[in-house]
Amino acid sequence: MMSTNTAPQTLVDKIWNRHAIRELSDGSTLIHIDRHFLHDGTSRQAFDGLRRIKRPVRDLNLTFAVVDHILSTLPGRTGESHPPGIERIHALRDNCRQFNVELYDVDSAHQGIAHVIAPELGITLPGCTLVCGDSHTATNGGLGALAWGIGTTEVMHVIAAQALLVRKQKQLRITFSGHIGEGVSSKDMILYFLSRHGVTAGTGCTVEYAGPAIRALPIEARMTICNMSIEFGSRCGIVAPDDVTLQYVANRPFAPKGVMWDRAAADWRSLASDDGATFDREIEFDCNQIGPQVTWGNSPQEAVAIDEALPEPSSVADHDRRQALERAYSYMNLTPGRTMEGVPIDIAFIGSCTNSRLSDLEAAAKVVKGRKVAKGVTALAVPGSMAVKAAAEAKGLDKIFLEAGFEWRNAGCSMCVGSNGDLVPPGKRSISTTNRNFEHRQGPHSRTHLAGPAMVAAAAVSGCITDVRKLLSQN
Amino acid sequence: MEPFTVVTGVAAPMMIPNINTDAITPMAAGRSTSVDLGKMMFNNWRYNLDGSEIPEFILNRPPFRQSQILVAGANFGCGSSRERAVWALLRFGIRCVIAPSFADIFRENAYQNGLLPVVIGADDCAALGTALAHAPKDGCEPQITVDLERCVVRLLDGRELSFDVPAERRAALLQGLDEIDVILGMESAIANFQKMDREQHPWIYLDRA
Repeated sequence: MMSTNTAPQTLVDKIWNRHAIRELSDGSTLIHIDRHFLHDGTSRQAFDGLRRIKRPVRDLNLTFAVVDHILSTLPGRTGESHPPGIERIHALRDNCRQFNVELYDVDSAHQGIAHVIAPELGITLPGCTLVCGDSHTATNGGLGALAWGIGTTEVMHVIAAQALLVRKQKQLRITFSGHIGEGVSSKDMILYFLSRHGVTAGTGCTVEYAGPAIRALPIEARMTICNMSIEFGSRCGIVAPDDVTLQYVANRPFAPKGVMWDRAAADWRSLASDDGATFDREIEFDCNQIGPQVTWGNSPQEAVAIDEALPEPSSVADHDRRQALERAYSYMNLTPGRTMEGVPIDIAFIGSCTNSRLSDLEAAAKVVKGRKVAKGVTALAVPGSMAVKAAAEAKGLDKIFLEAGFEWRNAGCSMCVGSNGDLVPPGKRSISTTNRNFEHRQGPHSRTHLAGPAMVAAAAVSGCITDVRKLLSQN
Repeated sequence: MEPFTVVTGVAAPMMIPNINTDAITPMAAGRSTSVDLGKMMFNNWRYNLDGSEIPEFILNRPPFRQSQILVAGANFGCGSSRERAVWALLRFGIRCVIAPSFADIFRENAYQNGLLPVVIGADDCAALGTALAHAPKDGCEPQITVDLERCVVRLLDGRELSFDVPAERRAALLQGLDEIDVILGMESAIANFQKMDREQHPWIYLDRA
């Protein structure tokens, strides 16, 4: 709905206002949902709920489904390759068939991680609302969509009503200034931010990422930043659409075409926050000093630069925080004071909704090319979608990875969360382009270090965590 | 959902900050419906790799094995959106989590399922955790009461701490109301909205038939 309010508005205000169906007296708002993505991990009980209330899927045209979480990524895989996943994959197939929802199944050229395929198919549009039963849904915010993760009960609400009751959150703007150097990626920007501002910096807030260092990023790199919003507590992170966005969206299968494109593009250009719009909180963040980052502990905020000494728990005043650090040192089998340079690894994983797009694979391949995966290291490259895989193969990236000794897999969430059988064995150490380094996340007693794709590639060929810039300078 | 009015029960102190949904319900522990969520809750903290219990873990120790309330560190439920984390807590018998703060998606999921998230100050929370941990040694039952009708937690020493819950959430919890009924009651508003919005933003309304 058009707002009659002439006061300066933020990007989020503008999208919120045009999706507000009704404001309730309790302060919540019924918000229209333009795009809904279902997947094998969190949708089954929602369909069960739908049957219980005897409702159909309200808007089939706005509803998409994909198999991504529990699906094998091995070459030649089928929906039955990972036996523990069969039950849920079959349930998704049965539910989609019964309710007529289009499913991108294992044999679809469109199959991939929901947050990778929604943008690449043009399902995600600037200014739209998009939800999915997955906390990394904010990835789509990289295109200027208001996108957030929901639980299974809310998945059922959207299937049944194409709307959600939402309480508007506070607004936080993070303005990134400066430039990032060679060997440094948007993953390093967001890990560095987490290390400085902590895992609750955005709790209760919707985040707008702004500033010249964000504008300078291509869309895929913006998506990596938005993806990690939830790691500091924000369900929703967004970048205002600009020329880079429009160029990305144009001509994608579900994007508007012709006259409709012109009309949409003009609308999207008007979405940026107005000058003078007020935010509940603002953070300024300088990117000039950011070096390649890697996490050492079990919280995404426990990131350090590759040449930075690990923190001494004894120097931390807060009791809980000190205990958490000590626990992390014990779990990760590391000691304070050392740097991450030279820490040996067993597994290198390139993939997940954080870093599995073509530019991520290119950044890794640039490091891997002409080198070999170190002895004793298992290295996986898992494209985020079958379309990314095909595009990478067209550029010969598969050969670079395979010749180096990487496994070249099919698309899926894979080792990020380990629910498809791609697991880090107990006690083993992985470096991973994913988003969470929690205890046991990649498998019971696994040890996870988060980093960007180039840093993971550098560790894969070195056998230990190392500064990717050293390898790039030898290229 | 099951109404929440007053719950009196054993409260287990888990004073670690940032207890995440991977800790509560690890994915690798299985996603089949045949998995007993109550048994697999905190799987990696509760059991050794051979499946035997880790005796030191709080929920493996009497009287905390029968806990109905958790008292936890800040940012409880951070991480993924998986509602299984809430279902697992409920299945185990936990009806209420008390913490200085909660992650947004977890709190939403909790409200939708009749699990009460109670926010109390960090100092009060830490003191409560310490008192609960010492209670068995002092020969007293680590039992507290969470009263949603009066919005108070009655502590071991009988003192009461008040807490805030949004009015509509409180009403829904007290009566066990499902939000879907409220939303479906606004169907005509949704239909009217779409009719108008289709004029203004026609590119949103795909025709995939």
